[in-house]
Amino acid sequence: MEPINIEGTPKTPSVKFDKESGVMEIKGRSIPENSIEFYKPLVDWLEDYAKSPLKRTQVDVQLEYFNTSSSKCILDVFKKLEAIHKAKNEVIINWYYEEDDEDMLEAGEDYESIIRVPFKMIEIVD
Amino acid sequence: MSFNLKDYYQDLSKGDVLLAYKGSITSELINDVLEGVEKKLDDVHEESKTRKKIYNVLVESMQNLFHHIEEYHEGISEDLDPKFGVVVIEKENGLYKVTTGNFVNSTKIKFLKEKIDKINSLTKDELKDMYKFILNHQKLSAKGGGGLGLVDIARKTGNKLEYAFYNYNNNYYFFNLTIRI
Repeated sequence: MEPINIEGTPKTPSVKFDKESGVMEIKGRSIPENSIEFYKPLVDWLEDYAKSPLKRTQVDVQLEYFNTSSSKCILDVFKKLEAIHKAKNEVIINWYYEEDDEDMLEAGEDYESIIRVPFKMIEIVD
Repeated sequence: MSFNLKDYYQDLSKGDVLLAYKGSITSELINDVLEGVEKKLDDVHEESKTRKKIYNVLVESMQNLFHHIEEYHEGISEDLDPKFGVVVIEKENGLYKVTTGNFVNSTKIKFLKEKIDKINSLTKDELKDMYKFILNHQKLSAKGGGGLGLVDIARKTGNKLEYAFYNYNNNYYFFNLTIRI
């Protein structure tokens, strides 16, 4: 499987998905008008990865902003992870939020309550 | 008296305005507005919490326009750009105020009104539940809209959505949405 390595833009996050390390990273801003276009390849990649995942998969999500269009696509990403977790593999989602950004913390907690995967909320202190 | 776009826009642009725009709502325009406002808020050292809320509200409200505005409006005498909308950001009584305006087909008024009234009737916790329900149960439209924008705005600002529909002609109303942050 080819790793995914996408540079960030003002409207889309940087993405690193690597099967070798089992570490996936989504970082930056996710506010495209049409988020499906951006996220579909990521969801497809994870679907492939889910066929023979590593014993431990770590996903780091560090978003400064995301729009509601992205929020559904991010949920789709998490649902793929949930399937991997359900198949008795270790999965951890690290949800980063900036100090005082209660909205971003709450957004992470929303996902945590929907998706059955362990989340870790990590505050970034300047 | 019927709605007059010129007077409406002039009225809106009177206060302590950070940005006022009328014309096509395109992806590029959204980029420009976001970049411009971010810079202005940075210049006045607005606290990061408020800055982020404003940014989020702007993204959602402008992308709502982007997804829902009709390309052309039939029977409107004004010389309108395609996908015409209005965005104004100003400071008023210590709060930021984001206003968007667009022409809406009369047939859509009822749906929109009911949706906003519903959102305005909910408590913070109920809004959270509604957000999570829509997030988990509704599919994205082909355009990428999720039906979550207004709920998200209400949740993040903690304020009611203020709106008005001004009758323009038999087919169109002008929809004004005001959000305070």
